[in-house]
Amino acid sequence: MGGSAPGASGAVRLAPEEAPGGNAIVFDGVTYAIGGRTILEDVSFGVAAGCIKVIMGPSGIGKSTILRLILGLIRPQRGRVLVLGKDVARISGEERSDLRQRIGMVFQNGALFDSLTVGENVGYSLLDHGHLRLDEVERRARYYLELVGLDADRLLDALPDELSVGMQRRVAIARALASNQPAIMLYDEPTTGLDPASVETITDIIVRLRQEMKVTGIVVTHEIPHALKVGNRFLFLYDRRVAFEGSSEDLAESTIPELAEFLLPFKISVANAFHSFSAEGNGQ
Amino acid sequence: MLKNLLYSTQNFLRGLQDLTLFSARMVAAAFRPPIYWRDVYEQTYFAGVGSLPVVLISAFFAGQALALQFARQLAENGSTTLLGTLMTIAVVRALGPDLTGLVVASRLASGYTAEIGSMKSSYQIDALTAFGTDPVAKLAAPRLIGLVITLPILTFVGNAVMLVGGAIMAKYVAHTSLSLYWSQVRSAMVYGTVLIGTLKPLVFAFIITFVSCWKGFRSSGGTRGVGRATTESVVIASVLVLIFDFVLTRVVFAVLGW
Repeated sequence: MGGSAPGASGAVRLAPEEAPGGNAIVFDGVTYAIGGRTILEDVSFGVAAGCIKVIMGPSGIGKSTILRLILGLIRPQRGRVLVLGKDVARISGEERSDLRQRIGMVFQNGALFDSLTVGENVGYSLLDHGHLRLDEVERRARYYLELVGLDADRLLDALPDELSVGMQRRVAIARALASNQPAIMLYDEPTTGLDPASVETITDIIVRLRQEMKVTGIVVTHEIPHALKVGNRFLFLYDRRVAFEGSSEDLAESTIPELAEFLLPFKISVANAFHSFSAEGNGQ
Repeated sequence: MLKNLLYSTQNFLRGLQDLTLFSARMVAAAFRPPIYWRDVYEQTYFAGVGSLPVVLISAFFAGQALALQFARQLAENGSTTLLGTLMTIAVVRALGPDLTGLVVASRLASGYTAEIGSMKSSYQIDALTAFGTDPVAKLAAPRLIGLVITLPILTFVGNAVMLVGGAIMAKYVAHTSLSLYWSQVRSAMVYGTVLIGTLKPLVFAFIITFVSCWKGFRSSGGTRGVGRATTESVVIASVLVLIFDFVLTRVVFAVLGW
């Protein structure tokens, strides 16, 4: 992955208390409702440190809600969300702010700050929280832009709306990574609406981050071919609950009707993925 | 019917409570680190220098229109020499702060709500929070500080321009001497008049930023929702400016025993 990150120290290592039971993220009986409508009900799962869990499900099922719960942007009515060993809903505002700085979030549409340049977007967190000199921030912004395959010389001073959607999404990943080399990356539909070449590039970036930097991640998507390439474990949400959780082999063999129906358009991809994972020994 | 009335009252009270809590959060963020000084500078510049041309133009013509009305009326009674006194009282105590407040409210309340609302609908506010930044401290507090600094200054400038407009009418319509006009202006500029003229823009600055930022942060429903929030923001801020104009006048009059 093209050199080491400036100011970073290679692979992410978590302290034992940050990954209770080996999980960097734990959902324990979480129920979340809004406006009288229950979105998630008694949802429990864990994300092992260094692994990527893919959350799948039909649109509007509450996949993005899980990411918002992890960030503490919303609070569950019941249950606990443990992130790096801390209950997000019960820590102080200051602790939550510190915790958020260890989480990189790639929003569905990139959510780049449209009044800032690409360089300022990527260096935002370093400028806001770090006490780095401007030239050091620029150096790091350049590094992370190159890391996601963008030409820093050309794009550093551009505004986000001058970029294609695929490039904006890559800038969003660079911005999330630049925030103090996060221990956890959350990707909300990172490839939705992108052309095949951009999907391939972003998939490759996520896989490299998992393999080389051991960044724990959650990818929310309903694009199965992409999901199968980036994930170690898979979770299927249906009717407010976890309907399935398992590996790609389990996914291929699952007989859950709702999951089978959801995967039907992609069944060739699932079969191929199962065979390739089997051949690589499920390549973790 | 009664059910609808109860529902509307409940919604109104809930909104008022939310506005109050949000305003308290804004004020706290304006005094507590981190203060985003670069944003404060940008917002102060945007509010002050950006609003200056429209304040100057409005004040110049409104001052002349007011002086023209006074001059005609005073001429009928043969007391045009009082024009300076009347202009000072009307401009500094009432028309100056109101006109500047309304002009700035229409310009900035719409801008603030639209910008913050757009950021919310494109998840930029969530992104700020995700980076550990308090969006109220980053977006709302600098606007509050910027307007609290600039609105009183804009009002003083607007008042001065209105009085100059009055001087033009004094010379060419009322045919009184300029030295008499300005000496009356100086005499009428008593402590109470200056107090009302200073207090009002300060309070209006708080009202405009509280309402417009709150509406922006609470907007929902995409671009249509942002548009609706922007309209409501300008209407509420303008109406509140006029209501508080009356309230402040009553309070200061009561305090000074006028």
